[in-house]
Amino acid sequence: MEQQLQQLKDEALQAIASAADVKSLNDVRVKYLGKKGPITDLLKGMGKLPAEERPKMGALVNEVRGEVTAELESRMAVLEEEAVAKKLDAESIDVTLPGTPVRTGNHHPLTRIIEEIEDFFISMGYEVAEGPEVEKDYYNFEALNLPKGHPARDMQDSFYITEDILLRTHTSPVQARTMEAKQGKPFKIICPGKVYRRDNDDATHSHQFTQIEGLVVGENIRMSDLKGTLDRFAKKMFGEDREIRLRPSYFPFTEPSVEMDISCFKCGGSGCNVCKKTGWIEILGAGMVHPNVLRMGGYDPDVHSGFAFGMGPERIAMLKYGIEDIRHFYTDDLRFIGQFRRTEG
Amino acid sequence: MKISLNWLSDYVDIEGVEPAELAEKITRSGIEVDAVDNRSEGLKNIVVGHVLECSQHPQADKLNICRVDVGEEEPSQIICGAPNVAAGQKVVVARPGARLPGGVKIKKAKLRGEESHGMICSLQELGFDGKVVPKAYASGIYVLPEDARPGEDALGLLGLDDTVLELDLTPNRSDALSMLGAAYEAAAILSKDVNLPETAHEESAEPASGLLNLRVDAAEANPLYAAKVVRNVKVGESPEWLKARLMAAGVRPLNNIVDITNYVLMEYGQPLHAFDYDRLGTGEIVVRHAAEGEVIETLDGTERKLEPHHLLITNGREPVAIAGVMGGANSEVHDGTTTVVIEAAYFSPASVRKTSRELGLRSDASTRFEKGVDPNRVIEAGERAAALMADLAGGEVLSGTVLFDELDKEPKRVTVSPDFINERLGMKIPFEEMEEILRRLQFPYEAVNGQFVIDAPTRRVDISIPEDIVEEIARLYGYDEIPATLPVTESLPGGLTPYQDKRRTVRRYLEGAGLYQAITYSLTSESESQKFALETAPVTRLLMPMSEERSTLRQSLLPHLLDAVTYNTARQTSSVALYEVGSVFLGEGEDGLPTEVEHAAGAVTGEWSAAGWQGGQKRVDFFAVKGIVEGLATELGLSDKLSFRKGEMDGLHPGRTADVLLDGERVGIIAQLHPSEQKARDLKDTVVFELNLQRLLREETEPLLYTPVPKFPSISRDIALVVPKAVQAAALESTIRTNAGSILKDVHVFDVYEGDRMEEGMKSIAFSLTYLDPERTLTDEEVSEMHNRIVAALESEGAQIRN
Ligand SMILES: [Zn+2]
Repeated sequence: MEQQLQQLKDEALQAIASAADVKSLNDVRVKYLGKKGPITDLLKGMGKLPAEERPKMGALVNEVRGEVTAELESRMAVLEEEAVAKKLDAESIDVTLPGTPVRTGNHHPLTRIIEEIEDFFISMGYEVAEGPEVEKDYYNFEALNLPKGHPARDMQDSFYITEDILLRTHTSPVQARTMEAKQGKPFKIICPGKVYRRDNDDATHSHQFTQIEGLVVGENIRMSDLKGTLDRFAKKMFGEDREIRLRPSYFPFTEPSVEMDISCFKCGGSGCNVCKKTGWIEILGAGMVHPNVLRMGGYDPDVHSGFAFGMGPERIAMLKYGIEDIRHFYTDDLRFIGQFRRTEG
Repeated sequence: MKISLNWLSDYVDIEGVEPAELAEKITRSGIEVDAVDNRSEGLKNIVVGHVLECSQHPQADKLNICRVDVGEEEPSQIICGAPNVAAGQKVVVARPGARLPGGVKIKKAKLRGEESHGMICSLQELGFDGKVVPKAYASGIYVLPEDARPGEDALGLLGLDDTVLELDLTPNRSDALSMLGAAYEAAAILSKDVNLPETAHEESAEPASGLLNLRVDAAEANPLYAAKVVRNVKVGESPEWLKARLMAAGVRPLNNIVDITNYVLMEYGQPLHAFDYDRLGTGEIVVRHAAEGEVIETLDGTERKLEPHHLLITNGREPVAIAGVMGGANSEVHDGTTTVVIEAAYFSPASVRKTSRELGLRSDASTRFEKGVDPNRVIEAGERAAALMADLAGGEVLSGTVLFDELDKEPKRVTVSPDFINERLGMKIPFEEMEEILRRLQFPYEAVNGQFVIDAPTRRVDISIPEDIVEEIARLYGYDEIPATLPVTESLPGGLTPYQDKRRTVRRYLEGAGLYQAITYSLTSESESQKFALETAPVTRLLMPMSEERSTLRQSLLPHLLDAVTYNTARQTSSVALYEVGSVFLGEGEDGLPTEVEHAAGAVTGEWSAAGWQGGQKRVDFFAVKGIVEGLATELGLSDKLSFRKGEMDGLHPGRTADVLLDGERVGIIAQLHPSEQKARDLKDTVVFELNLQRLLREETEPLLYTPVPKFPSISRDIALVVPKAVQAAALESTIRTNAGSILKDVHVFDVYEGDRMEEGMKSIAFSLTYLDPERTLTDEEVSEMHNRIVAALESEGAQIRN
């Protein structure tokens, strides 16, 4: 019987070694270790042995069964690993094929600029004020120190609806309305929005465009405060190493009035085509609020003062992104808008 | 305003200041210099020539062979094609090796077999604008005065040895619309004195008032009228220097009398007019307003119909000039004029502005009167013109001035304290520095109790309040000196309003959903303005549109948005998804202003998801866009309040249009365009939406509160129904919800089938229902009971249950 057992073991180990896959190895397991297999038979047949031999034979059978089982398991592990490897290999893909596109749109470049400016001034404690695009002559002109017949009205030929109502020519009427609403309290606002002027559309003119104006009113607001504010703004929008300079100018609603230039962000000031060889680029107009404007807004110019500034997002976008024709902003060509997607910095 | 530096240096010493440096200083301290034009740049070897002989070229009708003395031993042969060339003339010769504007080089040449050693020049060839070239030389060579010496450099004679600064004046600085104004500015910047022009002249014993009577019937519009009479003038060409200065200033020389009035206009900024005394005919000048329907023929030969508020200069019988705007043809100075009346007047800015606007006539004179001329220099300018006429036209100036004068010439007094100036600027400019600046500006002042009491010169019409002095001090002290500080105010929280914040959310959501932001024009044609409007309202039309295409404010964003879609599809972008957030304008709201309502609209065409290498292409359809709108409602916390119903509107597909309702009120539409609309716009299937965004953003929503995550499992059951095609999913869903208890958590359609396997006119629609009790685990029995009740209700409404 011992001999029979040894032969069985050799047979089983042979079968395990030659099993090529998990399935045939499982067949081997059933064949040798199953309930109807020869090892079980041997154990069943032990009853026939003399009682004194049974323990020894029992131990021997268990030993063989243990050896076969161990061999079987280790072989099984190898075969399973091989099977997995084969399956993974069959599943491999061309990772250089393109991914499934995620369909998203993006901001219009003017919105991108306007939000950037809004966010800067919000961080400085400004509110965003808005107002109607169709305005009364009073808010668009008169409350801004531009009475009827004022020569500066020539500067902005307007679209009138009636003698007293027009499409606003700047966002300044929002300033006039805000002063009325704030009733003498100090405030800081910026006013973004669409404005309209009687211009023929060409590469540098558009009958509709956008503006952002800012207004700060309080006690003892100084021109140096305006300069400091604009300096921070220029650095935020155009880079930390920008310098600004103020040049005298004229707006009916401010006195003194200035224009602000920034040092050219392209050439740094040495002169190039962007700055027309001057090293400086004109960015915005500003000034100290004219006492007549304060008075009409319900503020006492002996107590209150303020500064105001205004700029054109189109111009800023054109400078910043190198856009050559203002009409691009209103054509809504996806080959244009689609370029203003990614983050900067 | 063009400022010749040669001319400017008559009044202020600019010796040793480079033109570019002067321009920079002027710009930085207040007046923008647009251009610095060095007029001799690129010009060389241009001399005076004397045409000794001139004969026709044997081979060419239009060419002349000239022998020209250019100051050398031998005369040069020069071929000239100008029609006005003649022997005896002194001309401008560009010699071989010469350079002309635009980099033109002159070389020896052969013209039809004859040698030409240079070129006889026209003024245009020397860089003069054709508009300023005297008419006699407009289409030929320029002829110099007889005393020009052959071989002499011609640039000086022509005033080309000069630099011209072009000033871009803001409306407040009309004082610099004159050489003297520019001189005061330059003097203030350079800390120099101003030398005034010579006005002294001899006078005959005979008084002007003996020849001329004056009456002003409109003192308000014409508070000052001064007339000088100059007799025995010889009308002719002006001297070279005067012509050169006028041309440098952009004025075309005409004859010495007119040139002198223009010269003084440029010098003083005071417009003058010269009448021919004899043609005036009456020895009288009457200034009055026009009569109804009165007519005048102006200098330009145009007949002008006048209004009763137009101010006229008349001879007592008929108009001879429109005051301050343009002279009349009947009294114009001509070659045979011998006696001249010089008018120097102050016409009120408002009157001149209105007249010149209404007649569409703008001139150097009217622009200056409109801004207000210096009241204290009117009479002086007249004297200056008389002096020049005596000097340059041999005139005899009659004594005295015929004068009407009710003009207030007092300077404006401005009181301002140095502290105020420093407070406004945020600076500490010393008192003495401020005094120094006032002196440089030639602003007379006194320091009284530590305050400046300033008599602002009347030439500076822009100076009237303390803030104006703040600006004068600051600009001459230098804006670079102002420190950079930040406002010290009561600390205010900045930020967006909830509305503005939500609007940003909407933009980002729509972009996340695949739409690009468009911005289109608010103005459209009247016929398009009400198309796709959600509400009926009167249109808002411009009084004077520039074109019909942009005459009326839009009431819907869609027409222009669809134009943008077509623009893109016509340029090979076949899939387009655009949205816009902007206002529409509903006529006649509060205060006469239209009511502006902010809308959001979208238009989508082409593929919704592109066909990649994995396939999966899907074309845009109604439901893709409806999904976007539903998602937007979810984003805004309004999905429970939003519902949809079949709608209709012109231009939209009648079977594929939905009204969007907020609590039952229409706030928008979703639709496919009508096929005929698509065809008209050259579009494939296009789906649009437009929402009253303002209404959605102003709708208050509940605060966001967390609902506990369910601890117990939910149970799902499906129901498949067969119903007539016309039955709407929303109606079935409503039946399900009304018959379900609180344990029904969710219902949604997961399948719709209308194909061949269905009976005619029927469709199959399948719902998935989810039951959940947050407090306990549901049993199969109670769910079945609920489900059966729902099924029974659906059956009782005629639906067949499909298994
Ligand atoms: Zn540059």
